[in-house]
Amino acid sequence: MSFEQILFYIFATVAVVGALRMITTPNPVHAALYLVLTFFNVALVWILLEAEFLGLLLILVYVGAVMILFLFVVMMLDINTAPMREGFVRNLPVGLFVALLMIVEIALVVGPRFFGLEVVSSPAPRPEGYSNTGAIGEVLYTEYVYAFEIAAVILLAAIVAAIGLTLRRRKGVKYQDIGRQLDVRREDRVRMVRMDAEKQQD
Amino acid sequence: MIALSDYLILGAVLFGISLAGIFLNRKNILILLMCIELMLLAVNINFVAFSRFMDDIGGQVFVFFILTVAAAEAAIGLALLVVLFRNKGSINVADLNEMKG
Amino acid sequence: MPYVYLAIPLAPLLGAIIAGLFGRQIGRAGAHWVTIIGVAVSFALSLWVFKHIVLDGAPVYNEAVYTWMATDAFRFEVGFLVDNLTALMMVVVTGVSLMVHIYTIGYMHDDPGYQRFFSYISLFTFSMLMLVMANNFMQLFFGWEAVGLVSYLLIGFWFKRESAIFANLKAFLVNRVGDFGFLLGIAAVLMYTGSLDYMAVFGQADQLAATTIEVLPGTEWNLVTVIAILLFIGAMGKSAQVPLHVWLPDSMEGPTPISALIHAATMVTAGIFMVARMSPLYELSEVALSLVVVLGALTAFFMGLLGIVQNDIKRVVAFSTLSQLGYMTVALGVSAYSAAIFHLMTHAFFKALLFLAAGSVIVALHHEQDMRKMGGLYKYMPVTFVTFLVGTLALIGFPGFAGFFSKDAIIESVHASSIPGAGLAYWLVLLGVFVTAFYSFRMFFLVFFGEERMDDHARAHLHESPRVVTVPLVLLAIPSAIIGWIAIEPLVFGDFFAGAITVAPEHDVVGEVGHHYHGQWSFILHAFQAPALWLALGGVATAWFIYMVRPSIATAARERLGFLHALLDRGYGFDEFNNQVFARGTLALGRGLSSQGDARVIDGWLVNGAARLVGWGARVVRHVQTGMMYHYAFVMIAGLLVFMTWFMFA
Repeated sequence: MSFEQILFYIFATVAVVGALRMITTPNPVHAALYLVLTFFNVALVWILLEAEFLGLLLILVYVGAVMILFLFVVMMLDINTAPMREGFVRNLPVGLFVALLMIVEIALVVGPRFFGLEVVSSPAPRPEGYSNTGAIGEVLYTEYVYAFEIAAVILLAAIVAAIGLTLRRRKGVKYQDIGRQLDVRREDRVRMVRMDAEKQQD
Repeated sequence: MIALSDYLILGAVLFGISLAGIFLNRKNILILLMCIELMLLAVNINFVAFSRFMDDIGGQVFVFFILTVAAAEAAIGLALLVVLFRNKGSINVADLNEMKG
Repeated sequence: MPYVYLAIPLAPLLGAIIAGLFGRQIGRAGAHWVTIIGVAVSFALSLWVFKHIVLDGAPVYNEAVYTWMATDAFRFEVGFLVDNLTALMMVVVTGVSLMVHIYTIGYMHDDPGYQRFFSYISLFTFSMLMLVMANNFMQLFFGWEAVGLVSYLLIGFWFKRESAIFANLKAFLVNRVGDFGFLLGIAAVLMYTGSLDYMAVFGQADQLAATTIEVLPGTEWNLVTVIAILLFIGAMGKSAQVPLHVWLPDSMEGPTPISALIHAATMVTAGIFMVARMSPLYELSEVALSLVVVLGALTAFFMGLLGIVQNDIKRVVAFSTLSQLGYMTVALGVSAYSAAIFHLMTHAFFKALLFLAAGSVIVALHHEQDMRKMGGLYKYMPVTFVTFLVGTLALIGFPGFAGFFSKDAIIESVHASSIPGAGLAYWLVLLGVFVTAFYSFRMFFLVFFGEERMDDHARAHLHESPRVVTVPLVLLAIPSAIIGWIAIEPLVFGDFFAGAITVAPEHDVVGEVGHHYHGQWSFILHAFQAPALWLALGGVATAWFIYMVRPSIATAARERLGFLHALLDRGYGFDEFNNQVFARGTLALGRGLSSQGDARVIDGWLVNGAARLVGWGARVVRHVQTGMMYHYAFVMIAGLLVFMTWFMFA
């Protein structure tokens, strides 16, 4: 068993265990942290696959941003987790059955019979000086440039949607409207009153 | 040497676990969202593995896009979750039955 | 020349448009002047055309003046066929129309719809001219329907009267029955000859006669017979032959000038004209001719009988019109087309005269039409009296008057004919002569002689009608008296209609009668040896005896023969039959189809049923939509599993 294989199995095992813990732990904060563990290990697996850019991206984007977002939400919402666990045991048999069936079937389809080393040989290691990031960048900004721009639009839409959904305008809060302040003209504020001088009464 | 099938089976196992997670945690929408993230990750493993073994960088570009969309999905999903909690005071999936025909 | 022919129908049309659309602007006098000038122009040009074609012997004009539309296979054109027959009809139509226009000034004097009325009758003149001048079936049908439309409008002219509305609807519906046959006939012509042009169709008549078609499965019909009968059904509607005659008596709801112009002199003779025009087709079908003879004879006799029991002066004249139309039809049936057209012409004059004279009486009595409230009018209305007498004498066929020559020619022709049904027809038309004389003079005596049965108010205002009424009466009385004497020789026994009317040699009864014709005097003398004249005189004598000498006989007869009187009074029950069977039957059928077919099958099963089916299906399927996200996800996963299993084992 080569060193690479040992690493792969370690990472894979940790990832699977993390995933299992994630779905079984009653505490959502723990679940999020276990998911982070899984993400880390999968990122390592990707690096084994010489996809360094994506591996690092996964850690930066998912672990660094998305999962933190999850943690924020979990902590922000005061959730009573006890009723959430209802039916956990009741659903366990069917859930396990379906999941196992799914795993077995997918394994049969993608297993060694079709994708083993005898069928698909292991690729040669990349030469020294090869940049995975550069390779992705080359196609991303040429061949996939439209998709890339659409992805940007999707992200923009996501930002707008997320803000639009969660934005709440509170009533009774005083705030400045700079635009209206700048719009003010003299007539709005000053009234000229012409009146005759009056004799002072003593 | 690690076979392609090893990576694919890892993806399958993660996918199956996330599926089981959906079944087990059907009340907690937060965990459901996490499971969906995990499913996407499992699919991404397949993409990256194929990309490496077929020597086609396109697979990794696709993973890049899937990550983008998944991030967007997570952001919107969590925003919906917040709104939902604000309106209902709960994130129990059983309460989400307004689509019942 | 085309411009002259175009101007003849278009002048009245122009008048009609001006009077109809701008009646308010031009006023009452403007309306009658513009229409009268239009018709007068038309009449003058018609006379000129008559001189040009008939007297100067110009060649027959048969040209298209306008192509209405052309398809790959057919051309629909507006065209004129002007031969002796057309020229004669044009003069009759425009002449009577002009008289009626002038008369209307007096008759409609204080009617609020004055301009509208003039517009209609001018429009009628246009339509009738288009009909008689047509050189193709399309235009014939246009004129045919246009006169029907104007007839409908004019019967319902006093549209506030319910009876008028009922009558014009009835006329319209009955004519639809006839037009249905007519249209089928035209369609058959177009289908088998590929043309609607008269000459093209007549040119193929022999081929049509050699063709047979299966109207009902298993029966072979001669094509010409089918076409001729279908066209004659149209003529039955328009010319009011049994059993489609029911609308004509009711059409007397219209103003009297209309009864004179449309329902006596011109429109109702359109059927007669049409059959005469189609003589090349009818000559080839003895079956059709027999049918024409029998129906005409039945109409001539039985409709005459109905005239005896009527009390409304206009209805008596209307039934006499029916009867005289029957005579013309009989003449057509025995191939005496020239006699039919001759009678059509004389009838146009004397029947228009009778109607206008009756109208004069009606106006003088403040629109009283009941003869039981008349009597002794000869003292008050001498001109009307004399002209009415001329018309009546012409109607009964008194020797020398117009009707005598034409009716005698018809009776002689029927006598000479050997067509199946002619024997029956001969007896019916002979008896019809007696009946005609009887009811005509019954009316005459009741109106002008005897005691004065009108109320004092009416008697105080009784006076002769104004000039605009009496002048047309006199102008119509003149031809009613003498036109027969002048015209019989060229028209019936001459070759006036050579080329326009075709008579097969074996049907040439007029020619046979013509062998015994040696001038008008001998024709009159010959009549004294024939039964017809004595029957007519007998009818007059009977009427005189019953209504002048012993009026009690009439009352007694009515009581004794109550059943017969009731039968005649109800017009043999045609109206009841139509109302009960056709109207109610159609109504019941419609209601049945509406409630069963529409409401139940279409609405119930198809429309609502489809909705119910969808609703039912949706109610079942909606249970799938639980709204639980878990269920949707489960279904997706289950689908994925099934798909994968299939992928593995397939």
